[in-house]
Amino acid sequence: MLNDIFIQPFADMFGAPDFLLQVLWEGLVSGILYALIALGFVLIFRSSRIFNFAQGIMVVFAALTLVGLHAMGIPAWISVALTLAVMFVLAVSIERVVLRPLVGQPDIILFMATIGITLFLIGFGEIIFGGENKVMITEELGIPTDSVVLEPWGGLLILEQKDITAVVVAGLLVVALLLFLGKTRMGRAIRALGDDHQAALSVGISLQTIWVLVWFIAGIIALVTGIAWGARAGVSFALEVIAYKALPVLMLGGLESITGAIIGGLMIGMLEKLFEIYWGQPLMGGNTETWFAFVLALIVLLFRPQGLFGERIIERV
Amino acid sequence: MLYRTAGQFKTSYKSDMALFPVRQDAVLLMVILGFAWVVFPLTASEFAFQTLLIPILIYALAAQGLNILTGYAGQLSLGTAAFMGVGAYACYKLVTLFPWMNPIVAILLSGIFSAGVGVAFGIPSLRIKGFYLAIATLAAQFFLVWLFEKWGWLYNYNASGAIQVPNLEMFGHYVAGPQASSITQYYVVLAVVTLMTVLCINLTRGTLGRSWKATRDMDIAAELIGINLMRSKLTAFAVSSYVVGVAGALFVFMWRGAAEPNLFDIPLSFRILFIAIIGGLGSILGNYLGAILIVGLPVVLGTVPQALGLPVSSAMVEHLNIMIVGALIVFFLIIEPHGLARLWALIREKLIIWPFPH
Repeated sequence: MLNDIFIQPFADMFGAPDFLLQVLWEGLVSGILYALIALGFVLIFRSSRIFNFAQGIMVVFAALTLVGLHAMGIPAWISVALTLAVMFVLAVSIERVVLRPLVGQPDIILFMATIGITLFLIGFGEIIFGGENKVMITEELGIPTDSVVLEPWGGLLILEQKDITAVVVAGLLVVALLLFLGKTRMGRAIRALGDDHQAALSVGISLQTIWVLVWFIAGIIALVTGIAWGARAGVSFALEVIAYKALPVLMLGGLESITGAIIGGLMIGMLEKLFEIYWGQPLMGGNTETWFAFVLALIVLLFRPQGLFGERIIERV
Repeated sequence: MLYRTAGQFKTSYKSDMALFPVRQDAVLLMVILGFAWVVFPLTASEFAFQTLLIPILIYALAAQGLNILTGYAGQLSLGTAAFMGVGAYACYKLVTLFPWMNPIVAILLSGIFSAGVGVAFGIPSLRIKGFYLAIATLAAQFFLVWLFEKWGWLYNYNASGAIQVPNLEMFGHYVAGPQASSITQYYVVLAVVTLMTVLCINLTRGTLGRSWKATRDMDIAAELIGINLMRSKLTAFAVSSYVVGVAGALFVFMWRGAAEPNLFDIPLSFRILFIAIIGGLGSILGNYLGAILIVGLPVVLGTVPQALGLPVSSAMVEHLNIMIVGALIVFFLIIEPHGLARLWALIREKLIIWPFPH
């Protein structure tokens, strides 16, 4: 028993390092996607203290809109532009209809409102696009679909090019976002709003504009995530489930930290794959990926209640 | 006029703190109980029992359990469905291991297992708060549902992986299983729910309830005035999980008749959270109002297109349903963030001075 838990898995890892690398790569790619969803959460949480549960369904919705528009005969890149327009309209209407009347309500009410938005978008999306699984327009967008075969230590490592593309695009997106938040006027306004609502308002930062902007950026991130995930697994409402995976990522990384979201996402992606392959499947009947991330985050949180990179929680009376 | 409180004098602290300081409240409750115990069972159809009466009661009970944790003690939980699952599986194991056991006793005992699991998953609440805790309760949700699926002992290693409610007899009547009649099941559910509600009302009015409320309102201040936060939080988790577990046992044994692990998945948790929030956090009445809305709405939406003669497919109805429920949640949050119970409180205040407002 002890041997199965503590020795055998590591022996397997070092016995077949190419397989280990393959597992880590798979974990890295799904970790990137968790990180992207978590990024959408963090942006909105930082600027408005809203725990946006709808980020997952926004991913599905963006991907479905893109595929649906393309199916109507619109060229791929124009569909992307139109999808962005749709996401913008969505951001504006969410701000107008839902958030504005709820300004100043307790966190839990706003959280529930985003669950309401989630349900609304699920129903709406199913009526318009239908519930069946769709194929992402990978080739039309110019994403390469071949795979790279490497042979480290005489083994075999297969990297799909679309996964590589996803990793690169995600990396670029994060860099762009960090530059935007750090260097531009708008970005600084977002951070100011996150630090202190009233102080930000008093120096003339418009709450409404920033909220629309933040939700729109979250929409862009959702579209990128949707394309990347859709290229791997097709587009359907089942995709919404991966949104739950972003939650432990957030806990691990801290609700306010963009770096935390990225590192947390990669860590969880890789660790859950490792655990599933080397411990979950041989010892526990598999499918441990559904809960591993949560339990891991829970254990980390017991020791660091603000997550690995979150702002230190200071309680004042 | 109808709700006049003038003339009802309180001469002692005890009478002021009574369960119904206003006579009309007691009368109203008697009327409602009369309907629930006598009128509905005599008049309701099989359809009404199965789609409205029984589920409303069970959902309201589950929401009540959640409300103790979230509304009274202020600890947001997203894992309610998993604790319902613990109750249901515990009840299944009890009735299959001890077939002679009275079903109601089994249902009430199964809550204890759920309470134990609840306390275990409540321990992180001593360190973490707010949304971090909410996500931590999701760990319980996903882990427990996985366990229901993988741990064969729980479902007696049957091939389908689901639990099937056996025929259970009590005083010569079948109360659970395929042969039980709806009206018997309704009475069992009603009896358990009434018992639990009385229990909850009195718990929340007493010392324990006050320490929960203090913890919710400001935990540091509560600690300063001598409330043991650990005890307050863990008892909230225990009582809440107990009630939720009993609701889960009723859910499977008195209503669904069979359960697969994915029945206790996260949509059920959210459904109960909706009921608790739309009904009103920190209120017992709210759970019932919320349950009536959330359970009743799909039934109404399902019959409206037929009544109007519109040709709408059932899939379409289902999607419209989700959409409308989503929109309604946002709508209710905007018009009354404190829930339907608060709406009733406002109406009641108006009624007290109606029709002469000055």
